Amino acid sequence: MWSFSNISSSIHHWLNESFSPTWAMIIEMVIAGVCIIGLFATLGLVLVLMERRVAAWMQIRLGPNRVGPKGLLQSAADTLKLLVKEGLTPNGADKFLFNFAPFIAMMVAMLLMAPIAFAKDFQLWDLNIGVLYISAVSSIMVISILMAGWASNNKYSLMGAMRSGAQIVSYELSAGFSILTIVVFTGSLNFNEIILSQTNGWWIFKGHLPAIISFVIFIIAVTAETNRAPFDLAEAESELTAGFHTEYSGMKFALFFLAEYINVFIVCAIGATLFLGGWMPFQIGNWQAFNHAMDYIPSSIWFFGKTFFLIFLIMWFRWTFPRLRIDQLLNLEWKYLLPISMLNLLLATALAILGWHF
Amino acid sequence: MFIVKYIKEVYSAIKSLLVGMKRTGYYFTHHKEIITEEYPDNRHTMVLPDRFKGEVVMPHNEKNEHRCTGCTACELACPNGTIKVITKFDITAEGKKKKAIDKLVYHLELCTMCNLCIIACPSDAIVMAQTFEHSVFDRSKLTKVLNNPDSKIMEGIE
Repeated sequence: MWSFSNISSSIHHWLNESFSPTWAMIIEMVIAGVCIIGLFATLGLVLVLMERRVAAWMQIRLGPNRVGPKGLLQSAADTLKLLVKEGLTPNGADKFLFNFAPFIAMMVAMLLMAPIAFAKDFQLWDLNIGVLYISAVSSIMVISILMAGWASNNKYSLMGAMRSGAQIVSYELSAGFSILTIVVFTGSLNFNEIILSQTNGWWIFKGHLPAIISFVIFIIAVTAETNRAPFDLAEAESELTAGFHTEYSGMKFALFFLAEYINVFIVCAIGATLFLGGWMPFQIGNWQAFNHAMDYIPSSIWFFGKTFFLIFLIMWFRWTFPRLRIDQLLNLEWKYLLPISMLNLLLATALAILGWHF
Repeated sequence: MFIVKYIKEVYSAIKSLLVGMKRTGYYFTHHKEIITEEYPDNRHTMVLPDRFKGEVVMPHNEKNEHRCTGCTACELACPNGTIKVITKFDITAEGKKKKAIDKLVYHLELCTMCNLCIIACPSDAIVMAQTFEHSVFDRSKLTKVLNNPDSKIMEGIE
C-alpha cells in the first residue's frame, strides 16, 4: 500500500546504493529541509485561508470568495502582496535584532518539526526525549517575540512583547504538566513509543478523567502559548495596534505571521500525538471489521485529520471568546489551571501506579 | 466554603464557554443565513433600508417642476454650510415679483447626511436618495446643483 514510509525508505536505499553514506546523508538532509520548507509554505497558505473561512462562517459572513475558484487563491495573492512590499526598518530600531527576530521565530518553528511523527515510521528525528525536546525548544519562541518588541523601539511593541513573555512563561507550566500526565501513563518521552502505546485506544479514552482534564488544560495552555485569541494580548489589535510586530512590514511581518500558524500546527500535532494517538487509526475493542476498515485509511491522513481537527478547535475558540485582560489571564493560569493540573497529575500518577487505565 | 466556591466558579466558567461555542458552532454548521451583501455583484437587486441616507436630491415631476420655494430653511439648518441657496426674482403673470431659486448648490463633499435639512424643509422639496457610489476623480464633481436647468416651482406651493 502507498505510504510515506515506503517512499522514504526507497529513497534512502537508492541514495545509499548510488552515493557514499556521507553524501547520502547530506542529500537526505537537503531533501528533508526542502520538504519542511514546502510544508511550511503549504501550511501557511492553507491555514490562513482556513482561518478566514472559519471566522467568516462563524460570524455569518462568506469569507474570501473572489480570488480563484471559491476564493482558494486568496492567501496566495496575499503572500504575493507581502513579498513585493518593502521590509521597512525604523530609524530608531536596533537594526540587527530587529531583522534577526523573525528568523528566530522561523528557526524555532523548524526545530519543532523534527520529532513529530507525520505518519507510520515517518519522522525526521526519532529521539528518545522528544517530548522534553519539544517543550524546551518551544520556549525559545518567547525570545524572538521579546527581541522583536525590544528592538522595534516602540511602546506598543515593547508592551506586547512583555505581555507575551509573562504569558508564555506562565502557561508553559500547565502545558508541561498536562504533557507530563501522558508521559506518566506511557512511561516514555519518545513520541514513537507514546504513539505505539495507544494501539488499543487513544489516551483521551484510556486515561479516564485525568486524561480528559489534561487535554482540556493542554488546549487552553497551547492557545495561550501560541498567542492566539482569547489570549492574544501580545498582539491585541484594539489596544496595541499589532503588539510586538507593529513595526514589521513586508516579508519580515509575513515570517512572524507564518510562524504563528506553524506553531499552531505544531502544538496541535503534539496534542494529536499525545492525546489522540498520532497516526494511530481509531479502533473499538473487538469490532474486527470496523478496525480493519479504519486500518485501511493511511496513517498520514489520520495524523493530519486529527491535527486539523484540533486546529479547527483552536480557531473555534478564537472566533467565539473575547480577549482576556492581563490580570484575568494570569489569574486563570496561577489560580485555576496550575492547581488543577497539579492535582490532576497526582490523580494520573495514582491511576498509573494502580494500573487502572486500560 | 472556599473550595466549593472555587469548583462552582470553574463549572460555571466552562459552562458559559460551552454555551458560546455552541452558538458559533451553530452558525458554522448552518451556513445559510448570511448577513453580509456580495456588493458589486448584487448592485441591481440590492435592497437598502428606507432610512438609508445617501445624498440630498430634489425630486422633479414630469413637467420639470420642483417644490422648492427658496425659503433657505435648509441652508440655515445645515450645521456645516453644505447647502447654498441662490435666489432670483421671477415675474409672475400678474406682473408681480416673486422669490424663486436660481440654484440650490449642494456640497456633497461636506455633507454628513445628518438629515437636518430634510426635517427643516417646510415644503418637502428635498429628500434623501439611496445612492451611495459617490467616488469621483475630481473633487469639483461633488458640488452639485440640485434643481434642473429651467425648472419651475410647482403650482400651489407657497
